[in-house]
Amino acid sequence: MVTLTAPETLGAVTAPDDDAAAPTVVDLADAPVRGLNQDLHHAVDGQSWTVANPGGKHSLAVGINADVTVTIDGHAGYYAAGMHQKGTVKVNGNAGVGLAENIMSGTVHVTGDASQSAAATGHGGLVVIDGNAGARCGISMKGVDIVVGGNIGHMSAFMAQAGRLVVCGDAGDALGDSIYEARIYVKGTVASLGADCIEKPLRDEHLAELAELLAAAGRTDNPADFSRYGSARNLYHFHVDNSTAY
Amino acid sequence: MTITSIPVPTAAPTQDIAELGLRESATFDRATIADIQRAAATGVYDIRGWGAKRKVPHFDDLLFLGASMSRYPLEGYREKCDTDVVLGDRHASRPLHLQTPVTIAGMSFGALSANAKEALGRGASEVGTSTTTGDGGMTPEERGQSKHLVYQYLPSRYGMNPDDLRKADAIEIVLGQGAKPGGGGMLLGQKITERVAGMRTLPVGIDQRSASRHPDWTGPDDLEIKIGELREITDWKTPIYVKIGASRPYYDTALAVKSGADVVVLDGMQGGTAATQQVFIENVGIPTLAAIPQAVQALQELGMHRKVQLIVSGGIRTGADVAKAMALGADAVAIGTAALIALGDNDPRYAAEYADLGSAAGFYDDFQDGRDPAGITTQDPELASRLDPVAAGKRLANYLRVLTMEAQTIARACGKSHLHNLEPEDLVALTIEASAMARVPLAGTSWIPGVQGSF
Repeated sequence: MVTLTAPETLGAVTAPDDDAAAPTVVDLADAPVRGLNQDLHHAVDGQSWTVANPGGKHSLAVGINADVTVTIDGHAGYYAAGMHQKGTVKVNGNAGVGLAENIMSGTVHVTGDASQSAAATGHGGLVVIDGNAGARCGISMKGVDIVVGGNIGHMSAFMAQAGRLVVCGDAGDALGDSIYEARIYVKGTVASLGADCIEKPLRDEHLAELAELLAAAGRTDNPADFSRYGSARNLYHFHVDNSTAY
Repeated sequence: MTITSIPVPTAAPTQDIAELGLRESATFDRATIADIQRAAATGVYDIRGWGAKRKVPHFDDLLFLGASMSRYPLEGYREKCDTDVVLGDRHASRPLHLQTPVTIAGMSFGALSANAKEALGRGASEVGTSTTTGDGGMTPEERGQSKHLVYQYLPSRYGMNPDDLRKADAIEIVLGQGAKPGGGGMLLGQKITERVAGMRTLPVGIDQRSASRHPDWTGPDDLEIKIGELREITDWKTPIYVKIGASRPYYDTALAVKSGADVVVLDGMQGGTAATQQVFIENVGIPTLAAIPQAVQALQELGMHRKVQLIVSGGIRTGADVAKAMALGADAVAIGTAALIALGDNDPRYAAEYADLGSAAGFYDDFQDGRDPAGITTQDPELASRLDPVAAGKRLANYLRVLTMEAQTIARACGKSHLHNLEPEDLVALTIEASAMARVPLAGTSWIPGVQGSF
């Protein structure tokens, strides 16, 4: 269990540096997460931060709403870059549950692996995971683009509504269960597809958007090696004939 | 429900059925027979709005012991009986301070028309209480008209965004709803208009089924971290509520408190819904009356009663209900169904139109169909335009004032200078069931079944 710290016990830790060229360094071995987040909430466009000794702490760099660059040197806990709105957050390490949950725009990049529910409910922006992602990657995604260099776990893109999920490795069981209008591209194997998710033809427009997404993630994979998955749209309405699928 | 498959008699029977010596089955009553016929005709379960309609032990089964010799009453119109309540001062730097403990429960734009949401905001703001968003995001109409707006954080996260989160006066993490603990929301295609679909990022016209589990946390340990994230995003300013549907309120309340909630919202099975399977509404969850003492016990055992506030909803209709819920230990209550009725839901003036829909004023619960003659549970522009948000808001404000004054009347009679001073000792029960659930003595005795073994 984490310890919630009462608000009055904390103060601002570091003043943001006006000089955009020199990142403000916050060492979380000494400073509380709350000070970092408060400073980020008062940031102006162009500023940058480097976070040292993140130690797997939760809620790092959440609620950013300015075009800033934050580099986290180490592992992040739950909800890193949660509700991200602008700028870039890069985690040089692994990220815990709910990486970039509900991201609106901007970019979040993890060089290692991400735990379950990465980019859950994201409305926009780009989430890049160089390693693997756990279960429920892109669950209820609403417009975010996700590029995973490795494999993803089971129930990924569950109830995915909009956006694109690109997987350069393999996908686990029940991919795209109850999916709406999101598009999924998988280079490797799919253990099984969830309810109402089917393979679909990879047409020119899909190759083009896939090439763009891979380039944005800094990858060199060949779009033609991927397969596309999406909704069969058979469960969009309650119908007696679908009763075994409910 | 709507009876669509059964021939409707052209003229009502003129003779009293009982006079003919006909006997209705208690097990297979007419509503049950109609349910079976409807299921056989359609092959799909019945979906409807409203809460549990079955009779369950309720506040009606409790009575107050007014003051006389051993207790002093307050003078009815002169001595002050305060009604204000502070919600969320455990961790948040900006708690809500409401003038009445009667708040408006979460109801979505989508389930309700924009005019209805505006009317709820107007009515609540006029009397200094809060209103709550629902499973469809925050609308400008609602934010603009609501002095105190609670923003729901639901499993679907439809329309969830950090800008609205920061605009909210409180955040309510919804785990469940009394009408359907363990179930997600539904909004059928008739109500998924372009605007509703856009706010929820869904195709227009589909039958939308919301998730029943949160996508990025599971269990109380995760919830504690999730609450921490929301506090970080809102700089620890905004109170965070946790809403539970009443099923195991003792454990759920304790876990919500341990997870760091500022406020626990407890919704009993009579609490309403916009669209849920009837079998779910009527058979899952426990009555509000049974839920309150369990939640209060959990708060007291943790030493958090009155520190983490308890808001109770599910079947609040009168000031007596408000006073009884508070005497049992609630800090505030929330109304949903009653608020819609105050706006104009089930108004007899639309009797002919309810009949056309196969229903009647006082019975209409097909909120999922979007054809509400009163213009409240609809997205049809023509029907929605029937509800004047200013006039409807005024009716709601009137009703909220009546609830508050009625509760004060009872509190003064019990000698209380604040509604919060009402206590279980002020109550007795009329039935053994209510006595056992509410943990107050059966009237005229000192017996509480389950607490004491004998009279």
